[in-house]
Amino acid sequence: MADVLLEVRDLRVQFPTPDGLVKAVDGVSFRIARGESLGVVGESGSGKSVTFLTIMGLITRKEARIEGEVIFRGQNVLEWPQDEMRLVRGKGMAMVFQDPMTSLHPFYRVGDQIAEAILAHEKVSRQAVRARAVEMLRKVGIPRPDARARQYPHEFSGGMRQRAMIAMALSLNPDLLIADEPTTALDVTVQAQILDLIDRLKEEFHTAVVIITHDLGVVAEHCEEIMVMYAGKAAEYGTRQDIYYDALHPYTWGLLRSISRIDRPRTERLRPIAGQPPSLIFVPSGCSFHPRCPYVMDVCRVTVPELLAADGKHASACHLPLSEKKRIFAEEVAIQSRGGPTRQGTWDG
Amino acid sequence: MNVAAKTPLVKLEGVKKSFPVTRGIILQRKIGEVHAVDGVDLEIYPGETLGLVGETGCGKTTLGRCITRLLDVTEGRVLLDGQDITRWGRRKMRPLRREMQMIFQDPFSSLNPRKTVGSIVGDPFKIHKTTPKDRIKGEVQQLMELVGLNPEHYNRYPHEFSGGQRQRIGLARSLALRPKLIVCDEPVSALDVSIQAQILNLLVDLQEEFNLTYLFIAHDLSVVKHVSDRVAVMYLGKIVEMAPGDTLYENPKHPYTGALLSAVPIPDPDLSAHKKRIILEGDVPSPIDPPSGCRFHPRCPKSREAARAEGLGDEPHPRCREEEPALLPHHPGQVAACHFPLPDRAVIEADAG
Repeated sequence: MADVLLEVRDLRVQFPTPDGLVKAVDGVSFRIARGESLGVVGESGSGKSVTFLTIMGLITRKEARIEGEVIFRGQNVLEWPQDEMRLVRGKGMAMVFQDPMTSLHPFYRVGDQIAEAILAHEKVSRQAVRARAVEMLRKVGIPRPDARARQYPHEFSGGMRQRAMIAMALSLNPDLLIADEPTTALDVTVQAQILDLIDRLKEEFHTAVVIITHDLGVVAEHCEEIMVMYAGKAAEYGTRQDIYYDALHPYTWGLLRSISRIDRPRTERLRPIAGQPPSLIFVPSGCSFHPRCPYVMDVCRVTVPELLAADGKHASACHLPLSEKKRIFAEEVAIQSRGGPTRQGTWDG
Repeated sequence: MNVAAKTPLVKLEGVKKSFPVTRGIILQRKIGEVHAVDGVDLEIYPGETLGLVGETGCGKTTLGRCITRLLDVTEGRVLLDGQDITRWGRRKMRPLRREMQMIFQDPFSSLNPRKTVGSIVGDPFKIHKTTPKDRIKGEVQQLMELVGLNPEHYNRYPHEFSGGQRQRIGLARSLALRPKLIVCDEPVSALDVSIQAQILNLLVDLQEEFNLTYLFIAHDLSVVKHVSDRVAVMYLGKIVEMAPGDTLYENPKHPYTGALLSAVPIPDPDLSAHKKRIILEGDVPSPIDPPSGCRFHPRCPKSREAARAEGLGDEPHPRCREEEPALLPHHPGQVAACHFPLPDRAVIEADAG
């Protein structure tokens, strides 16, 4: 990768609680370059949000034990003090949060909230900053941005608030945009609008985009690379072709098999992943997925599998031999997730 | 499914529900009405699952609550098993409550945090006095086992359970009195995908075992497709299309249905690159003052297309602005309310390879 923007090396985040140490992120590494998009998929509590809140410097050593390196534009920002981090946040990397209903301040006009973000970084006149806020609202597709900038968040619908959040995040033209479940609270029609908007902005500004989600459909359409997280670790990492057509981790298989899909006729039954996600205090020994894994072997209970690359970038953390994984995927998962007679059947009605 | 031969379990005739909009704190003046449900005819047959989809604020939850009579309808009739229950009072309704139950979206707020699972699931027996007190515990434990909970957890509180398990508790509670109809209001949208699948499978199993009828309200079209025999699409208080599940997903007739379907992301990169997209502009208009004619016309791409074809400019077709379309039949079992319905297979292309 030529132009690495962000590199995370073996990031670990642990929260001390009265019940014990919560290992929210347990050794995550990845890289992302300008203009690329990374999808981060996993269940609640898999550590997706904590990873990126830590990268943003929003989780600090005050509340958690943090180890590893977060190298942003060549510098380890994890070691930076808060006031320097504040200069990076917003201008270098910006984040869009999940809940558009609670992430805007209800007492301030939307335009002023966007302006505040700009003023925190740049010395510009009030008039100029207001014009820029309006311009950003126009860019994210809000009609009558002039009037809308003077309104309060409660006068905006959910989709419009999320657009306003994106406008705010992009107002300083950041190199990296992190969208944490940007569309989970929204209807499908609005979701499509917002994701198209992020795609367009990625093209226009050459921004690197991270989309954190639990929706495998969203990442299939909008992310080139995908990291599947489980219990604070990356279970699998690869391009979207790798993940959807050649997945190598039993957890990814489980996800692919358990989703109800609109592109299939109503099939017999979904095949859920057995059991519950593990506690992050008492993480299972060996591979943390082993209690739920139908292909568990003795070694899985003892040894933690490393994230190893099979070919090129495509890596998975699983003890199963590669040939065995390819066989299982082809026989048990692929028919469900791609090709074959099922697919033909759907499209031919 | 041949539904015509059976008598419906639930029948709605021209159901309307509006809420007043008031201004002022002490002297409240009515300044308008929100037409949450605005003239819905609907039949739900015994043993079937009717999916109800639509965007936020389209009135799907209100409709579910009108059916269970948790809300009084403003106009129209609600029939259960052929009886008109529209104006029944509280006392008269009470025995009927056993026949219809609800499962709610949020498994965290729909269970009383100060009650044990045993008493949450056991309360229906006490209220309806169907089971002697000494046998309630046994019944509750049987129910817990049925929905996949450990019966030994009888004395635990809701906070000790995960989201999926709590939804199972809600399900056990709703099954306690062996209802005929369960209105499931977004039962899985708060859950993780792997847990969603567990709950959906459980719903299907229970339906077979107890011959349940479901009204399945959700905004996730993939989930609705998986569980429903028939699907109804709501827009601004009205049903705009209703069809057997497969027909609706393959050949949607209403442009709104088409737009909803085309917006669902497909977890298959190659296929999703193939998909035709119908992007809708703008937000849902206010149900206080819905658009004239077809309510969808300000956002409808098809109506503009029809107008352009007739050389009437870039605005929606005048017919859509003036005349309200009726629900007309298309494919077997399919009705749609549109002046310019979509051609077959408008969203999903034939497989190109």
